[in-house]
Amino acid sequence: MTVFDIVNSFGLKIRAGKNRLAEEVTGGYAGDLLSDVIAHSRKGSIWVTIQTHPNIVAVATMKELAGIILAGGREPDADTLKKAEEEEIPVLVSPLFAFEVVGKLYQMGISGTG
Amino acid sequence: MTGAENSIPFHEMFHIGGGDFTNAGSISSQVKKILIRAGFSRGVVRRASIATFEAEMNVICYANRGNLSLFIMPDALRVIVEDEGVGIPDVDLAMREGYSTATEKIHELGFGAGMGLSNIKNHTDGMILTSKIGQGTHLEFVISLEGKDKEKVVPLFATRE
Repeated sequence: MTVFDIVNSFGLKIRAGKNRLAEEVTGGYAGDLLSDVIAHSRKGSIWVTIQTHPNIVAVATMKELAGIILAGGREPDADTLKKAEEEEIPVLVSPLFAFEVVGKLYQMGISGTG
Repeated sequence: MTGAENSIPFHEMFHIGGGDFTNAGSISSQVKKILIRAGFSRGVVRRASIATFEAEMNVICYANRGNLSLFIMPDALRVIVEDEGVGIPDVDLAMREGYSTATEKIHELGFGAGMGLSNIKNHTDGMILTSKIGQGTHLEFVISLEGKDKEKVVPLFATRE
């Protein structure tokens, strides 16, 4: 399953990283504490968060995550988008709250353990 | 390594402002660029990025100011972070995962998970943490270089005249 499949499946808006939508998604992680995501997320995972500042891109790059879904209709900061384009990290937005986003991903077969 | 005894290790120092959340991550980003430009492997760059990011955030979140020094030695990367601030009363407690003294503001930004120091420990090959109450904290960590990464170090060295 790719990032693009997820975008299409529940109508996510693409804010950055259009060139990397073909990336395989091998798992998922949800969390808003950055060090926790650094400690526990796995390479290739899609990350669900409500943090919008540029350090989310730094974390996604460090951990080689497949992309970031901002839940609850949150929009990325302008600096975040700039960094996401530089680092080619997909940043997607959903109006659904995190619980529902994760639920839908799980239903699609994306398991937390990757 | 020929001539290593006359060579000066690569060294660069960065200043970190306490409370400077606007620039959070900028120092670790600069360190990462240096390492990528030097041609180090992805694994080394990733581990160094994570450890320097956590170290930088600790200074921003908890100290008044600090310096981060990157040394590229013949067989290792060494990072030293010295900060001025209240210090850490109990280093063992600070190392415990989940223990945090973060304020609400820090938590709102997604920092203060209480995992920064353990992330540094788990991504490096050695770590030293010491602190003096009321003065500040000294953190050092090392990432060993193996194989092809060691070859990347030679062109970075300056030679003593």
